[in-house]
Amino acid sequence: MSTAKSISGDFLLAVEGLTVSFDGFKAVDDLSFYLDPREIRVIIGPNGAGKTTVLDLICGKTKATTGSIKFAGKELTKLKEHQIVHSGVGRKFQTPSVFEDLTVFENLEVSYPQGHSVIGALAFKRDTAVIEAVEDVAKTIFLTDVLNEPAAMLSHGQKQWLEIGMLLIQKPALLMLDEPVAGMSVAERKKTAELLRVITKDHTVLVVEHDMQFVGDIADRVTVMHQGKVLSEGSIEHVKSDPKVIEVYLGH
Amino acid sequence: MKHSSLMKWFVSREGLYYLALAFLLVVLLPLTLDSFRLNMVGKYLTYAFVAIGLVMCWGKAGILSLGQGVFFGLGGYCMAMFLKLEASTPEATAIQSTPGIPDFMDWNQLTELPWFWEPFHSFSFTLLAVIGVPVLLAFVIGIAMFTRRVGGVYFAIITQAIAAVLTILIIGQQGYTGGVNGITDLQTLMGWDIRTDEARNILYFICVGMLFLCLFAARLVQNRKLGRILVAMNAQEMRVRFSGYDVAAFKIFVFCLAAAFAGIGGALFTLLVGFMSPSFIGIVASIEMVIFCALGGRLSILGAVYGALLVNAAKSGFSESFPELWPFAMGALFIGVVLAFPDGLAGLYKSYVMPLENKVFKRNKSKTAPVATRQTAEKVDDYSPMNDTYSPEKS
Repeated sequence: MSTAKSISGDFLLAVEGLTVSFDGFKAVDDLSFYLDPREIRVIIGPNGAGKTTVLDLICGKTKATTGSIKFAGKELTKLKEHQIVHSGVGRKFQTPSVFEDLTVFENLEVSYPQGHSVIGALAFKRDTAVIEAVEDVAKTIFLTDVLNEPAAMLSHGQKQWLEIGMLLIQKPALLMLDEPVAGMSVAERKKTAELLRVITKDHTVLVVEHDMQFVGDIADRVTVMHQGKVLSEGSIEHVKSDPKVIEVYLGH
Repeated sequence: MKHSSLMKWFVSREGLYYLALAFLLVVLLPLTLDSFRLNMVGKYLTYAFVAIGLVMCWGKAGILSLGQGVFFGLGGYCMAMFLKLEASTPEATAIQSTPGIPDFMDWNQLTELPWFWEPFHSFSFTLLAVIGVPVLLAFVIGIAMFTRRVGGVYFAIITQAIAAVLTILIIGQQGYTGGVNGITDLQTLMGWDIRTDEARNILYFICVGMLFLCLFAARLVQNRKLGRILVAMNAQEMRVRFSGYDVAAFKIFVFCLAAAFAGIGGALFTLLVGFMSPSFIGIVASIEMVIFCALGGRLSILGAVYGALLVNAAKSGFSESFPELWPFAMGALFIGVVLAFPDGLAGLYKSYVMPLENKVFKRNKSKTAPVATRQTAEKVDDYSPMNDTYSPEKS
């Protein structure tokens, strides 16, 4: 744990000395980084750098071997996935994972932060607050017209937006998006960047992305990962001109 | 308000399906069948309880249990223990070396009633145990498996192993359980002779009543958000987990629900058939229960009832004429279902009969209510509680 104890109160997310080892292979190796509230941070790096694993560790899908993840002063490494969600961390996966059998409305409703226990889900009623929240989010993610369509009928890009919407309705303080524009058309990319700009007005966002154009569009700061460690960190211009980054990732 | 919405439900298409089943079970079959055959239908219906549980557990939530016979058997044994104690009065068992205990205990040189038999002197305890014992076991299995994220094939194999273990345990502990013969020679329920035709008819109707209670309970679960979570969990477990749900708790719940239904079915089986034995709870019996559910349609609780009725009727019919061929017919049936119509009878109904129904409904609509707008007509036609469509005017 090379980094000294931080004053993690100032940061929304403080990752310190995070290490995970799969059968001796350290996918993430003594990683530390800090997120300010309302920051958009993009993690880039070559394949196998451990970007997705970092998101997995924060949301609890993978358990850390050592290190700490403090979110709003709360230690996340000891919590279960659903408890991490309830503390305000939302995670979008790389491939769109929406409930295809349910309608867009129902997809959003399921994610509405109420009635999450077995009894709560039995007693849950679709009241005006729920309907308003769903309509609100649907507008943000450009899906107002298809609320009654089954999610299976949506295009790839729309599914990605729906999944982002499912996170938004949970009102998380931190949104983690894994390659949100992968497989999207140019028009959809533009719209997604626009969507992210709206979202970041009141969320902190952590994005893993390959598309440098898109990264440049949205990022406040960029963290470059390589072999489980931070290679470089700073503004997009800073990392783009960093010789180490050019060497391992961007190419000459 | 409440009353009128109930009436509306009865004339909705879903309500009519329930009415049709009620008509079949309450009017048609009792009028056309003799007491012996009606009792057999009652016996088939007790398996429908298990099949409904499997629809919720396997069809909806994707948890395949090959050990539902365990819960059916536990419910059945609880009821059998009560009835056996009632039949084993000191007067009735005066010729035994220890009068007042069940006959098979006496044959196995037991001289006093085992402690776990004692509470079954009480009928109210027995009723609690019929549901409580299966649910408790399901809860323990659920905690052990689902919190460790054991699922799919591994879970199915473990449930099957539990069915095998319970059968071996019951057969091995002859003095406590009646062994391979089971608990037999049951006579009265609180002094009421359950072996007469009249009593059996009454028990049949109790069974039908309980079946509808369970159907409505299952329907309630499936129409609430809880039901949507179960379906969602089946397809995208990870997304449900990262939407803030404790997936294990939901799995434990639905597994316990299925166990409760199976326990009720088992207790009614004991009452209708008059004995309980390990052959009804083992691996073969448990797999047959899955076939009832698969044939009826693993996504439809009503389909499961028809599946249990039809497969059992076929089994009886076949076994009466060609007893040795039944296992092959059953196997062929299962393979046929899986290959040709994976959604079972309910699926076939949906794709072949429902379009016809739609035509009839539409024609009736235009005759009886020519002024009805297109929108209202559509609402009745497409009535389905799962897809209770959202429309902005609701708010």
